[in-house]
Formats: sequence, C-alpha cells, structure tokens
Amino acid sequence: MTVDVEVMKPPRTEVGALGWLRKNLFGTWYDALLTVGSVAFICVVLYGVFNWALNTAKWGVVTTNIKVFMVGRYPYSEVWRIWTSVGLFLVMALVSLVVWKRNVTKARRGVTIAWVIVLLLTIVLLKGFGDLPLIPSVPINIWSGLMLTLALGIVGIVASFPMGVLLALGRRSSLPVIKVFCTTYIEGIRGVPLISVLFMSMLMIPLFLPPSIRLDNVLRAMVAMTLFSAAYVAENVRGGLQAIPEGQYEAGRAVGLNEGLVMVLIVLPQALRAMIPAIVGQFISLYKDTSLVVIVGLLDILGVAKAVTGQREWIGTQKEVFAFAGVIFFVTCSALSYASRRLEKQLGVGER
Amino acid sequence: MSTFRDERFLRIVGQIAFAAAVVLFALWCLGNYRARGLSFSFAFLQDEASFDLAEGMAFSPIDPYWKAFIVGLVNTIKVAILGIILATILGTITGVARLSTNWLISNIASVYIEIIRNTPLLVQLFFIYFAVALKLPELRDRLVLPGPIFLSNRGIHLVWWRPTASFTWWVPFWIVALVAAVGIYLWRVRLEGRRRRPVSRLPWAFLALVIPLIGWLLVPGNPLYADKPAVEGLKVVGGTSVSPEFAAILFGLVIYTGAFIAEVVRAGIMAVPRGQTEAARAQGFTEMQILRLIVLPQAIRIIIPPLISQYLNLTKNSSLAIAIGFLDLYAVSNTMLNQSGRIVEVFIMVMAAYLSMSLTISLIMNVANRRLAMVER
Amino acid sequence: MKAISWIVVSLLVLGVLLAACAAPAPPEEGEAAPSVTGARIQTILDRGKVICGCNAELPGFGYLNPAGDFEGFDVDFCKAIAAAVFGDATAVEYRPLTAAERLPALQTGEIDVLIRNTTWTLTRDAVNEVDWAAVTFYDGQGMMVPVATGWTSLDDMEGATVCSTTGTTTEMNLADAFRSRGLDYTPLLFEKTQDTATAYEEGRCDGQTSDKSQLAALRSAMENPADHVILDVTMSKEPLGPLTAHGDNKWNDVVRWVVWGMMQAEESGVSSANVDQMLSSDDPTVKRLLGVEGEMGSSLGIPNDFVVQIVKQVGNYGEVYNRWLGPDGLNIPRGPNELWTNGGLLYAMAFR
Repeated sequence: MTVDVEVMKPPRTEVGALGWLRKNLFGTWYDALLTVGSVAFICVVLYGVFNWALNTAKWGVVTTNIKVFMVGRYPYSEVWRIWTSVGLFLVMALVSLVVWKRNVTKARRGVTIAWVIVLLLTIVLLKGFGDLPLIPSVPINIWSGLMLTLALGIVGIVASFPMGVLLALGRRSSLPVIKVFCTTYIEGIRGVPLISVLFMSMLMIPLFLPPSIRLDNVLRAMVAMTLFSAAYVAENVRGGLQAIPEGQYEAGRAVGLNEGLVMVLIVLPQALRAMIPAIVGQFISLYKDTSLVVIVGLLDILGVAKAVTGQREWIGTQKEVFAFAGVIFFVTCSALSYASRRLEKQLGVGER
Repeated sequence: MSTFRDERFLRIVGQIAFAAAVVLFALWCLGNYRARGLSFSFAFLQDEASFDLAEGMAFSPIDPYWKAFIVGLVNTIKVAILGIILATILGTITGVARLSTNWLISNIASVYIEIIRNTPLLVQLFFIYFAVALKLPELRDRLVLPGPIFLSNRGIHLVWWRPTASFTWWVPFWIVALVAAVGIYLWRVRLEGRRRRPVSRLPWAFLALVIPLIGWLLVPGNPLYADKPAVEGLKVVGGTSVSPEFAAILFGLVIYTGAFIAEVVRAGIMAVPRGQTEAARAQGFTEMQILRLIVLPQAIRIIIPPLISQYLNLTKNSSLAIAIGFLDLYAVSNTMLNQSGRIVEVFIMVMAAYLSMSLTISLIMNVANRRLAMVER
Repeated sequence: MKAISWIVVSLLVLGVLLAACAAPAPPEEGEAAPSVTGARIQTILDRGKVICGCNAELPGFGYLNPAGDFEGFDVDFCKAIAAAVFGDATAVEYRPLTAAERLPALQTGEIDVLIRNTTWTLTRDAVNEVDWAAVTFYDGQGMMVPVATGWTSLDDMEGATVCSTTGTTTEMNLADAFRSRGLDYTPLLFEKTQDTATAYEEGRCDGQTSDKSQLAALRSAMENPADHVILDVTMSKEPLGPLTAHGDNKWNDVVRWVVWGMMQAEESGVSSANVDQMLSSDDPTVKRLLGVEGEMGSSLGIPNDFVVQIVKQVGNYGEVYNRWLGPDGLNIPRGPNELWTNGGLLYAMAFR
C-alpha cells in the first residue's frame, strides 16, 4: 500500500492569521455579520472621540489648572508634604511587594505595623499641628481636588472596615437588642441612596448637634461615607462568616478557646479570605462614590472641575474637565481592580 | 452563683444599657434641635408650591407641596422599573457576549464592562447628557425616522396609539383571550412535567391571542388611531415624547447597571459545570434547549441574589438625576426643601420613600428567589 | 464569657455616648434665643479669621483661579471684611456652598457671613432667620434668547422651553412672569448655573432665565455672543448682598459698615492709589471715614482705620466692581450699581 508519506498539511484557512480570523471572527454567518457591524461601530466611536479630543477640545483648562486639579486649595508652599506622603506610600508599597513576593514570613508583621504608622504619619503630615514651625496646620476643610478624593476614599475604606466587622458580628449576635439595632442600621442604610446620607450629614447633623460642636464639612463627608460603606461591608462580612462551617466553631470551643478568641483566631481569618473579592469590590465602589460629594458642594476632583470652569477664559469647557476627571478615575480604579485580582491570586481565594 | 455572675442577668442589663444609650443619644439630638428654636411640622405640605415641574404628571405652581412630592416619586418609580427591565436585558446580552467565541464581540463586551465599571456613574451621566443627548440636532433640523419618530435635543417624539370610541367593545375580548392564553401556558407547563421532556409552550399560548387579533383586523372601524407627532411652533404636539433628561438618566443607569449585571450573569453561567452542557449535547438537545432547560435554570439561582442588589443600586442611583435636570424624587425634594426651608421634614419623607422602594424590590425578588431556589432531592 | 464581653462592649458604647453628651457642656437649654447671639464678633476675633460662605463656580462672583484661590466680586467682600476686622485681607476661611446649603449653614453657625449672590426676600428674612447687612449688587432677573428668534418681549415666547436654576428665587419668578401673562411654557431646571448655560447654548431650551449679571457673564463666554440677546425685560428685583445669622446685630453692623465704607470711599474719591495722600485730606467726611478723626471703627468693635485697610488691600467699591464686573471683568454696565451721585442706587449711610 503506497500511501503518500508526506504528512498532509492543514488547509491554509485553519492556521496562521487567516485561520485565526476565520475561527474567531467569521465562524458562522451571524458571527461575520456581528464582526462587520462591530468594526463599523468601533470606527464611528473612535473617529468621534479622536476628532473631538484632537481638534475641538480646549485642553488649556486642564493644563493651566493642573495644580488645582491635583491638590486644590492646599497651600503651594506646603505641597512638599503631599509629595513626601506619596513617597512614603510608594516606598511602603514596594517593601510590601518584596516581602510578599519573597515570602519573608517574619517581616510581615513588621510591614503591617509600619503601614499603620505610615498612615498615621501621613495624616499628621498633611494636616499639620497648630503652629509647629515646619508643618503648620492646614485645616482639613480646605483639602480639595484629587487629594480630597483620595483622602475620602482612603479614610472611608480604612474606617468602614472595622465598623463593618462589628456590625456584622452584632447582626449575628444572640442578644436581641444588639441584633435588632445592627439589622435596622444595616438595612436602613442600604435602603437609601448615598447622596441622601451625604446631604443629611451636611444639612441635618449640624441641626442636631449643640452649637458648641462644630465639625468641618470635609470631616462630616468622611463620617457619612464611612457610615454608609460600613453597612455594605457588614453584609459582605456576614456572607464570609456564613461560609465558615459550624464545625470550626465547635472545634475551637473544644480546644478551650472562649467565644471571642474563636472569632478572632479561627473564624475571622478564614472568613476574611473568603470575602476579599466582595470587600475589594465594595471599596472600589466607595472610591468611585466619593465623586458624589460634589453635589453637596465639596471640591473633590469633580468639584474642582466645575469650579475652574468659572474662570473667565474657560467658561463652557465642561466636557474637557469631565473627560479629564473620568480618565483619572478610570486609571485609579483600574489599578485598584488589578491589584485586587493579584491579591486574590496571591491569597488563593477560590482555590483549594 | 451571685446575681451579678448570672449570665442571663448580665445579658439583660447589658442590652438595657445599650438601648438606654441609644435612646438617650436620640433625645439629646432632639433637645439640641429644639434648642435652636426650630419647629417640626408637616403642615407646609398643604401650602402652594409656587414652582413649576415639567416632567411627568401635570403640575402647576398653585398645586400643593405634597403633589410635587408625588410627581417626583412617580418619576423615580418610572425610571426604576424601566431601568431594571432594560438593564437586565442589556446585562444578559453583554454577559453572554462576554463568553462568545467571536473574539471581537467578547472583547468589545469586556472593554465596555471595564470602562463602565471603573468610572463613576456621575461622570457618565454628565457625559451622556451634555455630550450625547444635547448634541442631537435642534428641533427644526430634527432627524425623522420612519414611524414617524423625531429625534432632536428636545427629546424623542414618537407616534402613539390612542383608543377611539370602538375600543371599549374590544376590551372584554382581549381579557378573555389573555386569561385563555395564561391557562394554556400553565397547561403546557404541567404537560411538560408529566411527560418529562420539553414541549413547546409559548406558541400554544399565542394561539389564544390570535383569534381576537383576526377579529380586530377584519371588523371595520379601527379601535385605535395613530396619534402622530407634528411640530407646531416651538413645540411638538401629538404622539408621545421622551425628554432628553429622562432618556439620559434612563440610558445612563441602564448602561452602568448593565455592565454590573453582565458580570453577574457571566459568573452565573460559568458556575454551571461544563459537563452539564456536554451531557445535554450528547443527549441531542439543541443549543437553545441547552441554554433554556439546562444552563439558565441552574445559573439563575446563582444570579438572583447579586441581581437583587444591582436592582437596588439602580433604584438608589436614580437619585443622581439631580445632576442632569431630571425631576426625580430627590431633585423635587431638593427644590421643596429649598423653597420651604423644612429640611428635616422633607428628608424624613425622602428617606421613607427610598426605604419603602428598596424593601419592595427586596421583597419581590426574595419571593422569586425562594420560588426558584434549588429543590434538593 | 460571651455575655460579659457583650456587656463590656455595651458599656463602652454607653460611656462614649455619655462622654459625648457631657464633654461639650451644652449651654442651658430652654432658652428661647437661638445659639448665635451677639457673641459672634468675639468668636471671630478669638479665632483670628472670618469664615465666609461663598459660591465656588459663578463667573465674576466666586470661582477657583489656577492658583487654587477663590476670587470674584463676592469674594472681594469677604476679603474686605477680613481687612476691616484684622487688617489682613487673607484672614478668611472660604466655605464653598451650594444653593441649598447656604441658609442652613448660616443658621447653624457654620459660617460667619454668607456672601453668595443671595437675593434679599421677605420670606428668607423672616422665616429662615437670617439678616441681610446691605446690598452689594442690584440685579434683576432677565431672559436671554437667540437673536435668530426675533423675540423682543416675553409675550413672544408662547410655548417656549425655558432653562433655569433650581433652588433659587429664579424659578418662582419665572412661573409668576409666564403665568401672569397667560403664556404656556415648559421649565427645565438644573442644579448649577453653568449646566443651565450649556443646555441653553446647545439649543435644549428656547431661552435662559437668570440674574442679568449672570446672563451677561455667560453670554460673553459663548462661542458667538452676538447670536444671543438679553431681552429688555426685568422679571423681578434681585438685590444681592451679604447676610449674617438672625439676632446677631453687632456682627451685622460690622458687615454693613464695611460695605458702606467701600461705597463711601468711592464717593469721596478714596481709592487704593491715593489712600495714603487722602489721610491728610481736609474733608471732614474723609477724615472720619479713614479714622483720622472720631471713633467710627472702635464703636463697631474693630480698628478705627478699617476703611484704610479695606481700600489698601481690596479697593473701594468702584475698583472691586471694575475688577470683576466692569471693563476688566465681565463688562456689565453699572446701571443701578452706580453711586447715587451718578444716578444709581448706591447710597452709603452717613459716616458720622
């Protein structure tokens, strides 16, 4: 039997660029239709965007005001303090990366403590203290621009986490009063829009406090964001707690740990792992939601964007400033999402 | 054991202390409020509002405040219901597209999801309203689509069918047909259960509707007439219209929530083991049947709980309409408290309204969830 | 054990709450008078700066400049008050406010003075418990329409869509004006003035209504200012001025005499260029005005040379007007905002 020994080559349409095209874009007739339609759609959108960005848009409003966008009304003589804080954060991020990558288990605790110290240090550095010669006080209510957006986001994230955990534990408590209180709080907050909570903190809270207590409006916005976010974090934590089998509690009690220790040493660490994706998602949305403070008159990056369009030569440049703010949010949020995906992989969530 | 070591006693005391603390705090706040010499009364709701609202129900400046509140509430509900329906459709399509084998389609879907999920809704709304809706041609240069449908920056105006005198004659027929259709559908579902194999359901149900439809077309005299839009002076008369503000908030919410729902749907579908699909294919199910009978029923149980929170988010996010001039509940309330100065009262009403909307959605969806929940055998 | 831990938590919460109640030592309750009594001026002197509520995005009146500072016509009056009280025009803390927030912020004592183009109306004066100090700008509500429509009065606008800003007197005046003429119209309301202008320019509405000064400012920033005309109709009187909390007469006096001092300075020909020479003027009015003679300032509780400081650091009324609204700014004719000696409405009370 004389079979052609030469191996038959695959048809040209199955391999190479052509094959890829055929397989991925023109698999069936409706695939082809979809492909052609989408290409046309992409072209129209891209043309519109580029035409505007390159020809019509007056980017001068952004370049002239770039400082205002970034640090807002922070005094320029003190801007070095912001740079120092950013530098500190970058160094810490680098150190953590190295420690976690190399798996230096011993250094982990040190790094965690260092993070807390750096965070406190940053707050002191940015806010300043009274009449200290080097770092005079910069009142928190003149924080604005991207700096305010980041500050609101970071404070909200850091503060709402412990509060959320407490609320979640309270909701699972066997004490009816605590349980009812936490449940009402969580469901109440989750039932109303953030903007109404913000508005309440701006307009109503001063009415219910004695005149001798004055809270800065930025501080009030931070409190409102924290109170709001905590309810959502609590629900995520509750989900994580529910995923821990009853046996874990029982085993913990069996080795003689008390209720509190079982929670802290056994249940929470496991629950935390399970709820990381949900909580990171919540934090990203909290960060995006900081943009709502513009509606209550704070000058976050969106507020600054609106405020600089009041300058005489830049009246009517809303599109430019919003596009710029949008890009900033997109970059920072994407970075956060990317980091969270890496973190999930690192911790092996969803594996095992 | 002494009383003070008694666990039950301590628990009760602790709870009483906590409750007392909460009550005291509330009383303290109220005291501060009183000390400012501020009153608390809902009587202003009967007063003349003296501002005008042009969206939704008819409203004139001589109407009272409470009516303004209702106008806003109805507008919000309208946006929420339409938004939920459309976002579900868009989200499902995008979620499936994300899993498409067509490289271009799945990548367009993921670029869309990434961009939308990583920018704030407020920025998107500004963009949709100012850079898209208001960039449509002016009324005199309007785009006319067949129908006729007018597209301009004054909104979308389209033809609408309004009943004529003979319409009432047809109402009973349609009701009977509808009842019959539902009956047939239920019968087919039961049949499917008995036979343990898929049977067609919808075509049968439609059969019942065809009969009055034929009558409708054959009997002379049209029960509905087409009210076509026409430009008259500065306005469009006739037909029905969608304002650019409504369109912007609706599309903004749909596009935003759709991206989140897409991820929910994708996660749900991916959670169904591949073996299920393959087994069904081996048994000769068509692709449509696999999706409808095997994948979706399993996926939906995973999808529903996160879907509930997306619906709730959409409803609450509709409050951002204030930024683009749509008169939803929040925007109207804002005007109310500006003009009346009744901050606390108006806010209690707003909070109560949003809370009851959220609770209603949760309730409906939880019932649905229970009905669909996995029946362990 | 569990119970004990809960009790500890509860007691902690209770303690914190009680501490919160006790710490600030709220003033005797039951007093009918609201918190903000005559003590405001002392509070301000102790604090060392004035907290001034302002607009953050209104061309000509208040907005952020590229250096991150507030500037504009209203902002200059904040500076003038600071110059008068402290001799330092920079001793101001600006608090940007939305239209909805502005009056509550004053009532709750969050700000000392509100200078945010706020119309003096009976309802606000009586119901909202605020007191106007003076009028800094006489405005009137106008209507801007495209030239192409050929309209000359409101009566031509049957069926028109009109853009306006919400939360102001503007929308009520609009309703009155059209209702009294028996005209059919559709209002479209926005939160922010700039959004209103954009919507109008894009042709979303047939006309835009706002204070005439605003219309002029917005028109000057449009792509083709000549295509738009401000109708010769004044729908309402809009006297704008600074206001303080109700019942705080001493502080209110300071604010009003600061404004009148600036007007009197213009009337007497005292400007930032010649103020030093004017100190040796023989005119008795000028002598009293500049504190060379008499105890004008100290009877108000501020330095005697307060007008000198204002004029030196900020300027007289005419200078401020020209800087922001006159030829160097938005170029609005002075009209009613001329001195009474030139046929306008500006009339400072007697410095005697």
